[in-house]
Amino acid sequence: MAPTRRKFLQIAGIAAAGLVFPPLAKVLDSAQRPGTPTTAGLPPSVANTGSPLMAKRWAMVAIAGKCPSGCKDCIDACHRTHNVPDFGNKKDDVHWIGAEKMTHVFPAETHPRMPESIRDLSVPVFCNHCENPPCVRVCPTQATFKRADGIVMMDYHRCIGCRFCMAACPYGSRSMNYRDPRPFIPKTDPAFPTRTKGVVEKCNFCEERLAQGILPACVTACKEKALVFGDLDNPGSDVRRLLNEKYSLRRRADLGTGPQIYYIL
Amino acid sequence: MKLYNRGIILAGIVIFLIAASFPFWYGKGRAVSPPDLKLDTPAIERLQEKLCMEPAPFMRANHMRLLNDWRDSVVREGKRTYTAADGKIYEISLTGTCLKCHSNKDQFCDRCHDYAGAKPACWNCHIIPGEVR
Repeated sequence: MAPTRRKFLQIAGIAAAGLVFPPLAKVLDSAQRPGTPTTAGLPPSVANTGSPLMAKRWAMVAIAGKCPSGCKDCIDACHRTHNVPDFGNKKDDVHWIGAEKMTHVFPAETHPRMPESIRDLSVPVFCNHCENPPCVRVCPTQATFKRADGIVMMDYHRCIGCRFCMAACPYGSRSMNYRDPRPFIPKTDPAFPTRTKGVVEKCNFCEERLAQGILPACVTACKEKALVFGDLDNPGSDVRRLLNEKYSLRRRADLGTGPQIYYIL
Repeated sequence: MKLYNRGIILAGIVIFLIAASFPFWYGKGRAVSPPDLKLDTPAIERLQEKLCMEPAPFMRANHMRLLNDWRDSVVREGKRTYTAADGKIYEISLTGTCLKCHSNKDQFCDRCHDYAGAKPACWNCHIIPGEVR
């Protein structure tokens, strides 16, 4: 039966009302969604992991000015936690966090007449967990994908090792396991899987630790408190407070990737 | 009808048939006994009720599908608990939950996989407790 004029006008009216009252729709929507998961009622083995840390948009502020020269605490902690191999040569290098010279991280924002203290700064570089991640766009198997909370994740089960993502990432945040990484892991942590030959790996913002209610390994390892992690959508979060107070930089923001690692000098 | 090189052709056909059917008549009557899975790990011995999360016949038939679902659930949906049919909740973890009881991978997983010719790639990345350097 074709819809009558009366029925059509009724539906159009209801749809228009829905547009006029979006707050109401939001309230209804949020009422349907499950809130923060609680651990109540779970067996102790699950409950003692702490309630997961949740956010609308995870982001990190790196206060590069606080980084002492030569400090690799965050890198070591991350690589130990995630069983990142050390192949001992630059060609095969696999890293989740790197340390680069300021002039290399921000080539457009620095110039030769800047004070040496700034030019020689060692800046930690991470996966930027982009708002608009090019690696996700090019991945033919959707092995890399963006979660609702902004974390750009790797599903190592699906990675076929094509390295399109490595070509697409403007930050060099991704590394390929050209060889079996297992013999090159200094000390394997049984709490986290390793990778295998032929997959690409990168920083995951410690999503496995967030699920247990712990902050990322690099953040807790930093003695200078130079890494601040939090919810960018929450105006009261530490990251937002810092971004409100100080001038901050993002790597190659002009490319439109929307990087979510903010640098303060 | 004349068949040229009849002797060579017929001999070739006979050799081919013998070779192609070799696995069938060679293995005939020699039943390979199904693997004997060991369920006597310390963790299982300590259990009062010796039950897996789901009934054993279900696990036997569907563990591979369950593990695939678990994988997608954790990695792609961020859901880290599994509610069994009886309502009990388990943490989704191959190394942490499955292997906590079945700590004898070579006598539990491998025996059956070898028998069935299955080669799952789980252990290329997931760590077998006790084999950590």
